[in-house]
Amino acid sequence: MKENNDIMILDAVERYIRGEMNPDERLYFENLRKTNGELDQLVVEHTLFLQQMNRFGEWKKFQSTLNDVHIDLAQQGKINADKLKGKARVAYLWNRYKRVAAIAASIAGLTALTFTSLVWSISPKPPAASEVEQLKKEVINIKNNARQQDKELKNVKDKINTPAKDIVYKTGGTGFIIDGKGYLVTNAHVVENAKNVAVQNSKGTDYITKVVYIDKQRDIAILKIEDDNFKPLGTIPYAVSKNSADLAEPIFTLGYPRNDNDIVYGQGYLSAKSGFNGDTLSCQIEIAANRGNSGSPILNSNGEIVGILSAREAEAEGVVFALQAKHIYNALTELKKDTSFQRVKLSTKSSLTGLDRPQQVKKVEDYVFMVKVN
Amino acid sequence: MNPENNEKILLQGLARNDKKAVETIYRENYSTIQSLIINNNGTADDAKDIFQEAMIVLYEKARSGTFELSCQIRTYIYSVSRRLWLKRLQQASRYNGDIGNADGIVPVEEDIEEHTRRDAEFEMMEKAIQNLGEPCKSLLEAFYLQKKNMQEIALSFGYTNAENAKTQKYKCLMRLKKIFFTHYKNGISDERE
Repeated sequence: MKENNDIMILDAVERYIRGEMNPDERLYFENLRKTNGELDQLVVEHTLFLQQMNRFGEWKKFQSTLNDVHIDLAQQGKINADKLKGKARVAYLWNRYKRVAAIAASIAGLTALTFTSLVWSISPKPPAASEVEQLKKEVINIKNNARQQDKELKNVKDKINTPAKDIVYKTGGTGFIIDGKGYLVTNAHVVENAKNVAVQNSKGTDYITKVVYIDKQRDIAILKIEDDNFKPLGTIPYAVSKNSADLAEPIFTLGYPRNDNDIVYGQGYLSAKSGFNGDTLSCQIEIAANRGNSGSPILNSNGEIVGILSAREAEAEGVVFALQAKHIYNALTELKKDTSFQRVKLSTKSSLTGLDRPQQVKKVEDYVFMVKVN
Repeated sequence: MNPENNEKILLQGLARNDKKAVETIYRENYSTIQSLIINNNGTADDAKDIFQEAMIVLYEKARSGTFELSCQIRTYIYSVSRRLWLKRLQQASRYNGDIGNADGIVPVEEDIEEHTRRDAEFEMMEKAIQNLGEPCKSLLEAFYLQKKNMQEIALSFGYTNAENAKTQKYKCLMRLKKIFFTHYKNGISDERE
């Protein structure tokens, strides 16, 4: 009973502060406030709290506006962001090497002349033309191979008169971008033993892709798009969360579980903090998923990635396991041991907070790819 | 329209979180700040961070109505970004000198201090809400930040009626207020205006 009273009083205080009371009620409330010190104290205190909440809300909204604007302007090419190129890159590299060179020069006590030549000698050189040629050739070869294989598949399809897509999808899955330069995460079992890997975006464009990291035990793999036609995607709308999700937290996913190239949305909630047989790497979620959903991102309502869908162990209807998102960080740390991947960076700020679901999905879908394997 | 009026309208738009105004200011200033950061040991990501923080300082300034039109938006953003980046460099002890162009910059030290203090308050609130866990977090965010009414909330969270949702919201709110006022009394805000 006491609690019910408290709830009623707080409700009245909130309506009073927000100016939602009718004049009679307001007058009555103000009289009560004058005679009751406790109520007066509550009004003062709650006003302060609501003010702070409002300002906090506006601050969050403004941050998400900033992120939106950044993504929009970068996509329209109105600001030159996200990738260092041209002059900016030269300045950046110059500044980096300048310091190294200065230290070296002071140690050796070299003259200005040798200093210059030193800078020259450690400045990055363009890769030899033959190397570039070779790489190109290799890419073309891969492309030709893929084309050849496509042709063969088509032949087979024509002969046995069943859709060739079935063959692709049996081993396909989903992946999502973690760095706009073309890095994706998916499940290890999706790309395990693959000869060729390609990814396809929601508009149906294919890109040739390489597996750069694989951890079968944790069932996580990192792919890199290596295709001349791929343009870097700019700032990613979602963040990758380091924390695990909460029990009963609403979640959603996007993936390619069907045979028709269409991206599919699913929603559910986190149902257990650990995975199959108490496995602490993963968690259990309640969501409709198919095999092609393997590798799909699991997002919470703030647009943070909290897990990677791993449908491998799914036996019961609707029960699915997800690998916790912090393992993306771990995988990346491993990957970075190879110095050529030093600049891969995860997004820690989500620009999806506060948006309604259709808007969130619209922004995320460009960053979720179908993974095709043969 | 004269340029001074133009800036005034931009600032009013900024204070309302009007996307068009934000976009205009963003577009006109981003590359200057990006070059400042990149020419001084920063990356493109650093540039984005610093620029957005400067935008928040400007936003707070515009909302408080104390922005002096004697100083242009451009000058202000440059001064704040420069100061913020210097601070960051000093913290990383990468650099101890001067950067960029010091001509015509305006004093922003107080604004940055104010911003840092406010930022700490908001971070605290963010953490407090995060720590409440579900369903409290989503419930309170829906009511106080997204300003949904109790009927909508009851529907989307699967409560049988608005009264049940209200009871749950009340319990969550009490927990949050407790955390909030503990921090509050511990003095972050003793020196508030």
